[in-house]
Amino acid sequence: MDTLLHQFFQQLINGISLGSIYALIALGYTMIYGIIKLINFAHGDIYMLGAYFGFFATTQLGLSFIPAIILSMACAALVGIIIERIAYKPMRNAPRIAILITAIGVSFFLEYGMILLVSPQPRTFPAVFTPTVYNFGPLVANSQQIVILVSAIILMAVLTYIVNKTKAGKAMRAVSFDADAARLMGINIDRVISMTFALGSALAAAGGVLVGVYYNSIDPLMGMMPGLKAFVAAVLGGIGIIPGAMIGGIILGVVEAMVSGFISSTFRDAAAFGILILILLYKPAGLLGKNVREKV
Amino acid sequence: MNPIRKFDLTAIAGCALLFAVLQGLMFGGLIGPFWELNIILICINIILSVSLNLINGYTGQFSIGHAGFMAVGAYTSAIITVKLGLPYELALIVGTVAAGILGFLIGLPTLRLNGDYLAIATLGLGEIIRICILNIDYVGGASGLMGIPRLTTFAYVFWIMIFVIFFIKNFKNSAPGRCCLAIRENEIAADTMGINTTKYKVMAFTLGASFAGTAGALFSHYFFLAHPASFTFMRSFDILTMVVLGGLGSMTGAITGAVLLTFISAYLSDYPEWRMIIYSITLIVLMLRRPQGLFGSVELSREMFRLGGKKDGRAAEGK
Repeated sequence: MDTLLHQFFQQLINGISLGSIYALIALGYTMIYGIIKLINFAHGDIYMLGAYFGFFATTQLGLSFIPAIILSMACAALVGIIIERIAYKPMRNAPRIAILITAIGVSFFLEYGMILLVSPQPRTFPAVFTPTVYNFGPLVANSQQIVILVSAIILMAVLTYIVNKTKAGKAMRAVSFDADAARLMGINIDRVISMTFALGSALAAAGGVLVGVYYNSIDPLMGMMPGLKAFVAAVLGGIGIIPGAMIGGIILGVVEAMVSGFISSTFRDAAAFGILILILLYKPAGLLGKNVREKV
Repeated sequence: MNPIRKFDLTAIAGCALLFAVLQGLMFGGLIGPFWELNIILICINIILSVSLNLINGYTGQFSIGHAGFMAVGAYTSAIITVKLGLPYELALIVGTVAAGILGFLIGLPTLRLNGDYLAIATLGLGEIIRICILNIDYVGGASGLMGIPRLTTFAYVFWIMIFVIFFIKNFKNSAPGRCCLAIRENEIAADTMGINTTKYKVMAFTLGASFAGTAGALFSHYFFLAHPASFTFMRSFDILTMVVLGGLGSMTGAITGAVLLTFISAYLSDYPEWRMIIYSITLIVLMLRRPQGLFGSVELSREMFRLGGKKDGRAAEGK
């Protein structure tokens, strides 16, 4: 019994650190969905790009962790804006399915473009921290997990500040509430959308760098699964709702850690999709969402 | 005679001729093993794209988990022939039915969702099917089910493909098919007109899934093995690209898309990453420039050629 409880808390620690990465990616999904109602399939690949930017920043430019993560976030923000301008902006009034297909196309383009550019072989992310192991009683947490948690909390706090307290954040909330009314009020919608993509992509890139630090290995297809799972996290919390994405990410991470700890790690991915199906069937608006009925 | 039936007869005669020519060339050795493989692959891909078109194009439900149903067909049929030693024909039927039953069970709850949510749910279900197969040791787990005899011949693939094409074509022109089209155009309006939308959505989904199962059964019995890695999201994406390239809602479009993309990937088989880049750029450019695909929802027909100069053959569709 004691070992079971011990294992439970250990998996909880692992789950929370994994979950905070999902939460970072899910935030981008949820913000972009909130503004232009697009499931940005390419978001997981922005996270992959972020990991590579971080990798090159540390190995080629010799930067330490904090400058590297900032540089990576800036590059990813730029990529996010470019993608939005080229692929999504001309489709503003196109049917939803057409935009979804475009997003799938962009996602595959980024994945296979990176395979061509940097080879499909996984790369070893340099150790930017001396791995220290902290013992809390019988429980173990390493320095990477703590860095992930702390960085994630800081980034989420910054995001919450930007969205709730600044003028730009107010514009974002206005556009997601009613784009046409926002335009009538003199808000430059295109700029707000670009900014949303920049913010979301930067957060995903931070997630990518943190994963690189955590698992020490990155490859061009690494964004596929986490991208989908972060979407699950966003739906779980209620898509379009920022605190929902954070909660959803953490819950998903914990569930996954529990499944791989107590059942089998091969069923981890199935667990995430199982959650998705259940939430879509029973509470499609998500944990924090309100039900909206479609009217004719 | 009814003009539609007359058209069917001509079309079947044309297919028989095409079959005779291709089979003759294969016997004569003019089509080597590489192109024979690709012709069989084209036929399998046509079955897949036409069946996905039934769900995505005609009924307007966006499913991207087709590879999962293909996997079910591939594995169940392989169990019938390899593990139980029963005949191939039975395996094809069981593979089809199994995928259909699963499609029904999955479709019933998930088709309540729409648009983006349905897309993600089907994607997730496709992955769950694959992960479950991966964890069943009876069918070989991660190393796949090996030692499947090559029982798929060109004749099987070709005539099953023709059957599926005609089945779906006639389904589209039947009363349930028209209900599906109505659901695509406007689900709420269809509901108001007294169409049981859930019933027809599930019907289309089940049919599409079972034909994907058939394609999977043909696939595993041609390539000697059923491997979980053959049925990833990538495969669903391939099929989706074929349908979208040809034009969602166009049967001839789906066929053309399947033929074109199979040829492209055969030519690019040495450069697999270029293949995916070309696929993805095709999708993006297509959506930006011609979101309705090559044919839109128009069918390629003799009238279209006769009208020649007329814009994209809309006049022909009106007949």
